[in-house]
Amino acid sequence: MSTLPDIGLSAPAPVHQYPGSHRVYGPSALGGGRHRFWSLTFMLARTEFKLRFFGSILGYVWTLMRPLMLFGVMLFFFTKILNINEHSPTPHYAEYLLESIILITYFQEATAGAVPSLVGRENLLRRVRFPRLVVPLSVALFCLFNLCMNLIVVFVFILGSNVTPTWSWLELIPLIGLLVIFSTGMGMLLSALYVRFRDVQPIWEVLLQLLYYGSPVMYTVETVSTKHFHPLGINIPYARLVVINPLGAILTQARKALLQPSAPSAARALGGDVRLLIPLGIIFGIFALGLWYFNREAPLISEKL
Amino acid sequence: MPAATRPTAPAAISVDGVSKTFRLPHQQYSTLKERVLHPLHRTTYDELRAVQDVSLEIAAGEFFGIVGRNGSGKSTLLKCIAGIYRVETGRISIAGRLSPFIELGVGFNPDLNARDNVVINAIMLGLSRKQAMERFEHVVAFAELEGFMDLRLKNYSSGMLVRLAFATAIQVDAEILLIDEVLAVGDAAFQQKCFEQFFRLKREGRTIVFVSHDMFSVERFCDRAMLMEHGVVTKIGEPRVIARAYHELNFGQLPHEAPEESQAASGTTIADAWFEKRGGERVTSASQEDALSMCFEAHLGEDLRDPVFAATLRTELGHTILVARSDQHGHPSGPFKAGEAVIARFAIPNWLTASRYMLTPSLAREGTGEAALALVADMASIVIHGTATGGILELPVDVRLERL
Repeated sequence: MSTLPDIGLSAPAPVHQYPGSHRVYGPSALGGGRHRFWSLTFMLARTEFKLRFFGSILGYVWTLMRPLMLFGVMLFFFTKILNINEHSPTPHYAEYLLESIILITYFQEATAGAVPSLVGRENLLRRVRFPRLVVPLSVALFCLFNLCMNLIVVFVFILGSNVTPTWSWLELIPLIGLLVIFSTGMGMLLSALYVRFRDVQPIWEVLLQLLYYGSPVMYTVETVSTKHFHPLGINIPYARLVVINPLGAILTQARKALLQPSAPSAARALGGDVRLLIPLGIIFGIFALGLWYFNREAPLISEKL
Repeated sequence: MPAATRPTAPAAISVDGVSKTFRLPHQQYSTLKERVLHPLHRTTYDELRAVQDVSLEIAAGEFFGIVGRNGSGKSTLLKCIAGIYRVETGRISIAGRLSPFIELGVGFNPDLNARDNVVINAIMLGLSRKQAMERFEHVVAFAELEGFMDLRLKNYSSGMLVRLAFATAIQVDAEILLIDEVLAVGDAAFQQKCFEQFFRLKREGRTIVFVSHDMFSVERFCDRAMLMEHGVVTKIGEPRVIARAYHELNFGQLPHEAPEESQAASGTTIADAWFEKRGGERVTSASQEDALSMCFEAHLGEDLRDPVFAATLRTELGHTILVARSDQHGHPSGPFKAGEAVIARFAIPNWLTASRYMLTPSLAREGTGEAALALVADMASIVIHGTATGGILELPVDVRLERL
């Protein structure tokens, strides 16, 4: 065996920076190489997908069932009981309802799923060095898989109800891109906040409800009250307020692109092209805030869990 | 020999004056509501100095062992080197590719089959999906689990699980491996295979740092070892010397540790400890013919998975005769709920010499990295009467004299 002398404590090893050596800086949000970052993100998302859909035979059907049932209930309520179309008929209301539910379901699942994501992966975070951002990103990616599959159903439904495909359908791609950026930014922010503050979860659930009703999901932007929202000196018509909300702007624009070219665009609902900068600013602002906060918290996440 | 080359060989890992302190808040302000209601309230902290001013250099190709009692800071140091914890003071430099994991089976998911889990684990270790697929056959062959690849992991025995994890872990390409307590896995035949793998890694010139409580492996594999106590390096040197120092520390000084502290923290308590004869009669004295059980009753303060119940039998002088653990034969103890009361019994043949013995019951978390949840030193005692030949044990002896 070894014949090394006992060097003890009296002679601490001298500090050398050997060529080719690098300093260890603890965990970070990014780092560790782009290739590893994406392969980990994909792997986590894929695992989630497998767990959800291969666990039971009808796994996917059940996941789709929730938004579809919601759609059925709302359609029945708003067109039969309430008769939303009586005074101001909305063309393709059913298609709009389904498409909006699917899009906003993505936002809900991606953000609500991101909230406990870091805490739920404690086992990994405490035992493996990997870029921390992988965790909330994998949630967003998993939900995106889901969205893509759900969109197939939406398109089948739309094509089956006499909407002719147009080139403007392609607008849906950048719109979904914006939705993904918004949810991912929110997800980064919420997952890191949840590590410190455990009441983020119920608070976010309430805010999601508010966003659901505050976005034109079951109504369209034209049917919103013309009254003004004016607390604390702010004075905005409600119809503007629902499209200042980025989700509202995305849903409104998606309706025009997908279902009814004569419907108001997000810009028109806001009252001018320049005002589009408000929802866009919110989207990118949340993303930047989320990234900044996550990056700031990343080194300490594994200790604070 | 490494002794001659060490001073000039480049250091694979150099740790310089590293300290790691955990801040444990006195009052856990963990909700936004509390933050808003008490905006000016400054949280006060207890500081837990897990690692204090540790400096060491580990040469490339060296097999380095870190030993120490539970809570001595070994695993924290390993996590700092691995980049899982951020160090506040000092610096750590690494030359070469570092394995990103420190424990086996990280990321294993009980609801997926072995095939998926191996790929997930391999990607965690830093392999690409393609590499993971390519090496899959090796993993299966090494783990000897050919027929079980499509079985979900929750149906695996703990032995099979560890074999699968070990077989995957040795596929890692890193030049520097950090390993927290893995050697004692599987049955005897599989252990031998694991040892062979360790010798292979050693021959390939990989640098390995491993944390262990198993002095046998430390002496067998390590070129050097280090003993840690209360976050401080107390000794670095030859594995044999370190192993002896570790034994002294454990068995010589264990009774002097304040058990009140470890009890208060977890809410888990040991209510009673006693000896019993066969048939369940509690005794404080026994003769050598009576088979004995060391028993204790524990009240669990939290939900636990596979906690380790242990009974340490010592002489009045503090020499340890026996450490009996509930995971001794690789059987996990299973899940327990907070509030449950558990009686642990360790039956032993009574080969003790006539004397007085003390029982120290303890309960720890699964694995060996965490501190004891509850420990009451010398809680029960028993007097054994009968013959005393002068040794510690009266083992059954078959005497034969052969005239030549």
